[in-house]
Amino acid sequence: MAASSPVSAPVAPRARPLARLSAALAPWALPILLVVVWQAAAHTGLLSSRILPEPWAVATAFWNLALSGELWTHLKVSLWRAIAGFAVGAGLGLLLGLLNGSSRRAATLLDTTLQMIRNIPALALIPLVILWFGIDEAAKLFLLSIGVFFPMYLNTFHGIRSVDAGLIEMARSYGLSGWGLYRDVILPGALPSILVGVRFSLGLVWVLLIVAETISAQAGIGYMTMNAREFLQTDVVLVGVLLYALLGKAADWSARGLERHFLRWNPAYQ
Amino acid sequence: MQINPIEEKQVSRTVDQALHGVPLSLRGLSKHYGGRTVLDAIDLEIAPGEFVAVVGRSGCGKSTLLRAIAGLERPDGGQLRIGSGDSRPEVRMMFQDARLLPWKTVLQNVALGLADGEERARAALASVGLAERAGDWPAVLSGGQRQRVALARALVHEPQLLLLDEPLGALDALTRIEMQQLIETLWTRRGFTAVLVTHDVQEAVMLADRILLIQEGRLALDQEVALVRPRARGSADFGSLEQKVLDRVLDI
Repeated sequence: MAASSPVSAPVAPRARPLARLSAALAPWALPILLVVVWQAAAHTGLLSSRILPEPWAVATAFWNLALSGELWTHLKVSLWRAIAGFAVGAGLGLLLGLLNGSSRRAATLLDTTLQMIRNIPALALIPLVILWFGIDEAAKLFLLSIGVFFPMYLNTFHGIRSVDAGLIEMARSYGLSGWGLYRDVILPGALPSILVGVRFSLGLVWVLLIVAETISAQAGIGYMTMNAREFLQTDVVLVGVLLYALLGKAADWSARGLERHFLRWNPAYQ
Repeated sequence: MQINPIEEKQVSRTVDQALHGVPLSLRGLSKHYGGRTVLDAIDLEIAPGEFVAVVGRSGCGKSTLLRAIAGLERPDGGQLRIGSGDSRPEVRMMFQDARLLPWKTVLQNVALGLADGEERARAALASVGLAERAGDWPAVLSGGQRQRVALARALVHEPQLLLLDEPLGALDALTRIEMQQLIETLWTRRGFTAVLVTHDVQEAVMLADRILLIQEGRLALDQEVALVRPRARGSADFGSLEQKVLDRVLDI
């Protein structure tokens, strides 16, 4: 009788530091590759510097702007506009979403009106906005807020309405009601949807900011970009574009961080 | 020696409540859904500390009966009395799915509705054998473990009436047997009144003092289970009683 050889259990390969590093860098591989190709094309003359200056020129422009302090001034102004617009728009969206989601009566009264406003493109409102608010900060704030309001409102509304009815019934039978029920069951249940709304709104605020800053601004990244375009400083234009991209990425990253913290109980978000 | 009847009633009521069970009384309980009569004037008396199982085909109204007792459905007629009227009795329910809040840890789930109850929650978790999982999220537990947490959550309130709505229906056969033993042990120790709705006749014979059958909205059978505990699944008495009830359920 031949003795069977012991089967060795498969051992999971311990993640080597190199493997982990390459996993962290993987999302950046494509952008880095694009930059390398871009630099090569500009250097060899395939790409005219008037169409697209080489990455090195962009980096130099970035550096000069940073040194002179201009970059920070514009950045601060844009950042402030974005934060204010997000706070007002997303804040209102959250409040109204919670209200209409929780109260049938409020929803009957308010929802139709809001849906009608939603279907008016924010950008088409620009002439009206200029008429009402002029061309100073209030106009920009209005445009940003109204754009950011709706993703937040819709997702909050949906989140509240789709909380598991079985959980609510169970919680009620265990004596939870009113604020306790809201805090322990309804709000946490709506949170995944609300965070989608946050993510959406945070991304949208940058897109709308670009447009808002073209309505005659005196400062801000959009102003800096438009100004550079007038003077054919394509490298500065690219610095502006790059800044928007990086800020958008930073906003998305913070939204993801919120998700990772508040939804850590959910295996899908780990 | 003279026996004062009022005193005797008070003493026996105190003893009953010390045993943690409350009596349950249904008179003419009815429920309609649309045009359909789901419960047709049910009369039922359950003594404190009794373990009653309600069996029947799906759709026969047994869950509706339990939910009416729990107060989750409002009956269309009749009277329902839980307890002897002195104080509000503690009634808790276990559902077919565990219904744990996914965003709270196991311990926080067990302590739901308790002000300042962390110690008692830990003790309840220990009594169902899950003390070491107190800090886990419900998503990482198995179905059987989740139902055990739900059981701990129900028991931490020291209920006098425990309602069980097919809580073991979604579990595999082996886990079901373990849970039945756990429920029986905890019921024996604490003495609450229990009403178990189940489609599994064997489970009913295993756990209950009394088996009720609901057919067409009425009580078709009220069978006492005189078997001695702990019950042996394989014994002749067990098998014959199970067959008798099953025949009635299947209308043979």
